[in-house]
Amino acid sequence: MATQDIIARSATTTHSPSIRQIDEVAKLIDVSKCIGCKACQVACSEWNDLRDEVGHNHGTYESPADLSADSWTLMRFAEHEDEAGKLEWLIRKDGCMHCAEPGCLTACPSPGAIVQYANGIVDFNQDHCIGCGYCITGCPFDVPRISKKDNKAYKCSLCSDRVGVGQEPACVKTCPTGAIVFGSKEDMKDHAAERIVDLKSRGYENAGLYDPPGVGGTHVMYVLHHADKPALYSGLPADPSIDPMVHVWKGVAKPLGLLAMGATALIGFFHYLRVGRNVVEEDEPGAVGDAAVHKVDPAVHEFDPKAPR
Amino acid sequence: MKHDIQRYTAGERSNHWAVAILFVLAGLSGLALFHPALFWLSHLFGGGPWTRILHPFIGIAMFLFFIWLVMRFMSHNMIHKRDVQWLKQAGDVMANREGNMPEVGRYNGGQKLLFWVLLVCMLLLLVTGIVIWREYFSHLFGIELIRLSVLLHALAALVLIVSIIVHIYAGIWVKGSVGAMLTGWVSKGWARKHHSLWYKEVEKGENKH
Repeated sequence: MATQDIIARSATTTHSPSIRQIDEVAKLIDVSKCIGCKACQVACSEWNDLRDEVGHNHGTYESPADLSADSWTLMRFAEHEDEAGKLEWLIRKDGCMHCAEPGCLTACPSPGAIVQYANGIVDFNQDHCIGCGYCITGCPFDVPRISKKDNKAYKCSLCSDRVGVGQEPACVKTCPTGAIVFGSKEDMKDHAAERIVDLKSRGYENAGLYDPPGVGGTHVMYVLHHADKPALYSGLPADPSIDPMVHVWKGVAKPLGLLAMGATALIGFFHYLRVGRNVVEEDEPGAVGDAAVHKVDPAVHEFDPKAPR
Repeated sequence: MKHDIQRYTAGERSNHWAVAILFVLAGLSGLALFHPALFWLSHLFGGGPWTRILHPFIGIAMFLFFIWLVMRFMSHNMIHKRDVQWLKQAGDVMANREGNMPEVGRYNGGQKLLFWVLLVCMLLLLVTGIVIWREYFSHLFGIELIRLSVLLHALAALVLIVSIIVHIYAGIWVKGSVGAMLTGWVSKGWARKHHSLWYKEVEKGENKH
């Protein structure tokens, strides 16, 4: 939709059109308010016209069993017993976190297949996707999925089409308990701060905001009652960041690699220029014993009667 | 160049150039996915998705032909003491001062080193390439292994490409070498100058090829 507010574009080494300044947005998911009704999953499926295959019961409340190219968000249910033996049902809406420093975009080799808008949304442009799966390799949250049908990568778009026309994402609109709210990133942080005060007053001393700095912060944030242990929430990473190996691969390796290849070829050229060919002297034309020059057939006469004297 | 001694049979030459052609295709399609500045190379293969589809198959074919080549040439590429000495004096060769070089058999120390470097790179590329082959195999491996593999795949490819640039340059620089791999024949002078031990063996009739 808007193409003048692209602040990052995959496999692109120059600036993208980014003249338009827009405030950063964020979706805030208050885990403590979530009742696990999955209305957000249905809304996502409805708005984006996605129909995942009906799967099997895996013995948990999670359905489907995992994110897929057709399921961009998923409620993950974890049963946690604390030290006192109190059971807690920790339900987390999983999906793309829309990182400020997106690993998927860093890893993508196809120009423009992944873009990041000034408002913080990281969007996949499947038209440019080549299906290599590098985005999966780069993502610290294990979110993108390649479709079996068309070999393109898919994930939550934060309803960029809705947000672009001033609407909130479909999951936010449908959430019956107000566990998912949407607005400017600053407002969402303020809102989260109020929620955290409330949770602390109710005995959740470690309540806090999940906005991991390792990926520059995210545009999907969580309010967690146990912010000190994010892993309790179905393995939410405590300190996610782009993996160092991905950083090297998509960072220094690229220019240094090309430099090494180019330099080797250039060294060869200048070696040829300065040192000269490595030749077998006796095979050179004009060398002593060269048959082509010295063993002239006696039948051949060089005398040309027409030549001027 | 006189056709005095046959250095490569038609089978060996065909095998070598099959690997060479596949190397160029695998290299160009791989570089297209490696650096944005080279993404345009994907057009040579019919676009991004086709490049992604073809690259691993080209790579597998290159590996298989390369292994065939290895089986043909491995016995000639065992590294001996004189090869280590040759490598220590490689700077003299580069300066066209070959007077004090140790005698060279069918291959010199540099060629033998290249042989083993290529083999290690090819093995690494095959193994890591399968791990990162998203369509068929990546689901079998953990994310940390996949991340290590993309990095090693790029590194092995870099070493391979740089080695092949050196290989191609050596062929252009040492006159008679490209002809040897194209026609199969070399002159006596070439054999004596570059591979004196091999020349003696051939003269004695112990090793025709």
